[in-house]
Amino acid sequence: MRKPFILRHPSVLWFLLALSLLTLGVTILSEGFGLGLISTSFVKTLGKTLCLCLIAVAMDVVWGYCGILSLGHFAFFGIGGYAIGMWLMYARTEQIVAASLSGGPLPPTPQEVTDAVGTQIFGVVGSSEIPLLWSFADSLALQLAMVVLVPGLLALVFGWLAFRSRVTGVYLSILTQAMTLALSLYLFQNDSGLRGNNGLSGLQNIPGYEAVPQSVVAIVFFWASALALGAGYVLFAWVVSGKMGGVIRAIRDNEARVRFLGYDVESYKLFVFTLTAIVAGIAGALYYPQAGIVNPAEIAPIASIYLAVWVAIGGRGRLYGAVIGAAFVSLLSSWFTGGGAPDVPLGFYTIQWTDWWLVLLGLSFVAVTLFFPKGIGGLFDRLVRNPR
Amino acid sequence: MNTLLEVSGVSVSFDGFKAINNLSIQIAERELRAVIGPNGAGKTTFMDIVTGKTRPDEGRVIWGEKSVSLLSMSESQIARAGIGRKFQKPTIFEDQSVRDNIAMALKNPRGPFDVLFFRERPADAARIDEIAGEIGLSGEMARPAGELSHGQKQWLEIGMLLAQDPRLLLVDEPAAGMTPAEREHTTDLLKRAAETRAVVVIEHDMEFVRRLNCKVTVLHEGSVLAEGSLDHVTKNQHVIDVYLGR
Ligand SMILES: Nc1ncnc2c1ncn2[C@@H]1O[C@H](COP(=O)(O)OP(=O)(O)O)[C@@H](O)[C@H]1O
Ligand SMILES: [Mg+2]
Repeated sequence: MRKPFILRHPSVLWFLLALSLLTLGVTILSEGFGLGLISTSFVKTLGKTLCLCLIAVAMDVVWGYCGILSLGHFAFFGIGGYAIGMWLMYARTEQIVAASLSGGPLPPTPQEVTDAVGTQIFGVVGSSEIPLLWSFADSLALQLAMVVLVPGLLALVFGWLAFRSRVTGVYLSILTQAMTLALSLYLFQNDSGLRGNNGLSGLQNIPGYEAVPQSVVAIVFFWASALALGAGYVLFAWVVSGKMGGVIRAIRDNEARVRFLGYDVESYKLFVFTLTAIVAGIAGALYYPQAGIVNPAEIAPIASIYLAVWVAIGGRGRLYGAVIGAAFVSLLSSWFTGGGAPDVPLGFYTIQWTDWWLVLLGLSFVAVTLFFPKGIGGLFDRLVRNPR
Repeated sequence: MNTLLEVSGVSVSFDGFKAINNLSIQIAERELRAVIGPNGAGKTTFMDIVTGKTRPDEGRVIWGEKSVSLLSMSESQIARAGIGRKFQKPTIFEDQSVRDNIAMALKNPRGPFDVLFFRERPADAARIDEIAGEIGLSGEMARPAGELSHGQKQWLEIGMLLAQDPRLLLVDEPAAGMTPAEREHTTDLLKRAAETRAVVVIEHDMEFVRRLNCKVTVLHEGSVLAEGSLDHVTKNQHVIDVYLGR
């Protein structure tokens, strides 16, 4: 009698169809599996963009649907990147070290390998000891678990403290931003155990698959990113539909009233905050191997602010809006800042987009907020839904 | 009859101003009670205290046959214990449909995971339809609640209260801004609701209170000035002074 969830929400089906077509198209045109018409670095850019779309969808759920303007979700994204990056870097360094030590007359002892790995990884910050944080770095399974557990637990503890004290609105935004800033400042320190401002690098090399060319690695990560975005989109579309979606939006619109209906608003916020933080962590774990490097600057508060800007421009409270906003603005941003946009000579002054892009972005944000509060997704609404 | 709610010796002040002053009120099971009083008498603050929105400086608020104190409970716990509240200004969820508003209020498990995996049973649907009929909104179920008229919004909120199935219903100025016909419908709604539960109505309008035909409590400057039938309290010299002396 009751149709499955997906069939009741045709926009989810359309989204999955579009994502599948994109994945197919990129695969066919790629260097790794297809005609070689688009470069491997562009495949990576597209794969990274899908990860950004995924965190934007999460941001839309926590902000657009639940009304919590978190300026900390990029921190969870970065943590996901660090968690997977530790394994990537450790496992690969261990292989390299083992190979170079094996030339000697005796096979190297495990201690010798560990010491050499420590020197290799932490030499840049003047240390050779492997910090406690890296205890599980040799285990892919455990580091993958951390991709989920660390952002999840951090969000749970932080959210519990903040929501329980009824911190809301702009104060909550400031608090989440403070958390992000604290994390990024901590990571910047050389003795943080995570290589200070060097961050983790060489993440594009997958240990055990050195023989696989990057063109293929890029496509595999693109697929993984598309799969994660598709799954995340369906998950969140399910969460924000039905009764749960009603309660979450009601909390956004009037949380006091929801309390008097008998709903424990704090546990709903905690649920949404934690779930979206976990998805942000997963998105980050897929993003940074494609970027090749993760460093504390990625976690800087400005990144989380950009995230809010994408969602606002794309259109809050509609998941495809977040996807459109993230894809559109982040691709445009790399085009402008990467020197893709031609400079505009005005005679007396030349507009260089690498400098002026941020101004343009800021102005668009203001314009969208003032004149199109529903963002780009709002335009879509008018086309798709029959006008009332 | 058994006492359902007992407020005794409650005081609360805002920045030194005593909004509620040693207030004591008892509400019995399935009682209909009207609370009247001039503006600023503390009527809304009384409801704020019972529903956990405002914490009193002193006094006790005791609930139910187990005599639990409401003062240590959160707003949502108090609501789940069986106290429903309608605000002075209609507060419904404007961008959700009338039906979704009622469905959200419907008495069902309230935890996030209960709600996430919630599937509506036929009994739920029947109850929603029944409530919609009672508040006269059967034809408006699919409309966004924000499109309703002022009176309809008030009824929707009363309908949401009925859906919660509380043992005590606190209703703050339900007839404000209503046409005479709408007022009459509202009186009927409240009287019917009071057949199965206790209902406390705050109202300014004496005609409205007269039609409710119930015990009346007059509040003034944060405490009870008089209590009894409407005729009894309107003959009270203190009440006449307070109402006419302004
Ligand atoms: N949160 C508050 N902060 C300060 N003063 C308040 C607050 N709530 C109510 N008051 C004051 O308490 C008095 C009683 O208010 P209220 O209970 O709303 O009166 P009524 O509903 O009887 O008109 C008023 O003088 C009002 O200004
Ligand atoms: Mg009032």
